[in-house]
Amino acid sequence: MTSKQLVPRQDATAPAAEGAGAARTDQLSTHGLDLRYGDRVVVGGLDLVLPGGAVTAIVGPNACGKSTLLRALTRLLTPAGGTVALDGTDIHRMPARALARRMGLLPQQPVTPEAITVEALVRLGRYPHQRLLSPWSKADQAAVESALERTGTTALRELPVDQLSGGQRQRAWIALALAQDTDLLLLDEPTTFLDLRHQLDVLDLVAELHAEAGRTVVMVLHDLGQAARYADHLVVLKDGALAAAGAPADVLDADLVREVFDVDCRVIPDPETGTPLVVPKTRAARQKPSA
Amino acid sequence: MSESAPGVTASSPPVSARRIPLLALGVGVLTLCAALSLALGARAVPLSTVVDALFGDAHGRDALVVSGLRLPRTLVGLAVGGALGVAGAVAQGVTRNPLASPTTLGINAGAGFAVVVAIYALGLTRPVEYIWFAFAGAVGAMFFALTLARRSGDIDPVRLALGGTVLQLVLLSWTSAVMLASERTLDEARFWLAGSLSERPLDVLYPVLPTLVLGLVIALAVAPALNALALGDDSAQALGVPVARIRLAGAVAVALLAGSAVAVAGPIAFIGLAAPHLVRPLLGGDHRLLVPGCLIAGPILLLAADVLGRVVIRPSELEVGIVSAFLGAPLLALLARKVAR
Repeated sequence: MTSKQLVPRQDATAPAAEGAGAARTDQLSTHGLDLRYGDRVVVGGLDLVLPGGAVTAIVGPNACGKSTLLRALTRLLTPAGGTVALDGTDIHRMPARALARRMGLLPQQPVTPEAITVEALVRLGRYPHQRLLSPWSKADQAAVESALERTGTTALRELPVDQLSGGQRQRAWIALALAQDTDLLLLDEPTTFLDLRHQLDVLDLVAELHAEAGRTVVMVLHDLGQAARYADHLVVLKDGALAAAGAPADVLDADLVREVFDVDCRVIPDPETGTPLVVPKTRAARQKPSA
Repeated sequence: MSESAPGVTASSPPVSARRIPLLALGVGVLTLCAALSLALGARAVPLSTVVDALFGDAHGRDALVVSGLRLPRTLVGLAVGGALGVAGAVAQGVTRNPLASPTTLGINAGAGFAVVVAIYALGLTRPVEYIWFAFAGAVGAMFFALTLARRSGDIDPVRLALGGTVLQLVLLSWTSAVMLASERTLDEARFWLAGSLSERPLDVLYPVLPTLVLGLVIALAVAPALNALALGDDSAQALGVPVARIRLAGAVAVALLAGSAVAVAGPIAFIGLAAPHLVRPLLGGDHRLLVPGCLIAGPILLLAADVLGRVVIRPSELEVGIVSAFLGAPLLALLARKVAR
């Protein structure tokens, strides 16, 4: 509709978002991206394309800059150099509200206001769609209802968020991002602090959003097996630089894990899904050969 | 996995359904406080005489006391209380700190110091003459606190609360130093420094009306953004809130409102702190309700404290700043317990 920007590079397989103009592919890209905290270079000269319409997982060892990269992708961090572009437009040149209508974020440690109910929290997701003095519209209510339903939090709507379990709380926060009604959803380690069951709940929900609602998802993950299972596209970072990128089956192998994580392992097909599964070697085997 | 911050919306569901009756109740209580403020004092006046004095043609001493002294005092109380209540709500929203208030941001101490210096250096003797010194001191202190809290272009909420508290302590000690050095200054300033609504003609209020209105308008305008700000800076920014700009606008609103209030009535603590905590359990933490709610709750608290101060040691009276501090201290203790939990 408002898109008049030419997209420099197109991922041929990326399906365009429904009802959007041809240039709206929800593709995020970085060009020569430099990210710093003070004098410390966290990410240096990163060129990256995150395909639209796909689930991308960003993985890497601790302090490799993956969360920092996600902050830059969502404009929480201003690059020291280079650009981040959405469909070819520098996100720092987009109005804040316009960007917030394209891109939602689940931060790693969101602040839950005291005694806020699930519904009140989710309603805040409509902020970028509202104007001063404009009343709550039917579209706003519909978006909230659908977000609650999709995340299975409809029954919890009247409950205070700070009284929910970790898994329920995470779903409520995802509902907020869904109510924002954006084509892109970015999640910073959405499974941290959750037990296995709730980790899978959250990842299944993300997969569903992608499959059924056509959202483009970018998430930072810790677990390589989960990343390989749930992502179409894997971005592997080491020391703020790109170590590998591509389909999990293509990039994830024993050499990569040794090089990036400094762990000797075998990569076998996941018996359930056939996606790569990282199995570290025994302690004895790991300590012997590598010099 | 998440910290707590002053909230949005209380637990019981139909806040929206309770809104209208609560608003009516608030206005009712406020009217009662105003009526008491007109009727009670060193000399109690029957309500019928109060009504006559306001709307009819009553004469005599009682009528004169009501229309000449207590009416201005009540109107000043309404304005100052409303300003302090709203300033408190915005200060807590901007800093995401339930213990923030105009006092903890250094505003009252800044005004106090400026007034004491003006009395010392310029030989001022009447509260009317203090107005602009107090306002300038309040705004100056607030923006110094903001400067202390600045980090990479944004205001850090924790630094703001800490910096404001430190600034407050420094200014208080300087104020004491000036007063100890000059007995005349001590004599002139001590009643003003207690914070009082007495002997404030309406002329004191007029100069600050524009700043009061402007502050209120800004506070109402940033209220929706403060709801998003309660989710943390990252979430707020991801929702399209210009975090740094909203925080600055909120700080300006607090400076204008609290600066005007202290200019008129002297430093009055606790009203700004207490009003939001009184309103939140009733209306929830949605700032679009909280700000108007504090506009009503602030004057209720201030007028109630003022009336109380007038009747406890009749025929003399206790300054409203002393009464509110006396009543507010236990509240602060209670709050600190709740926050620590």
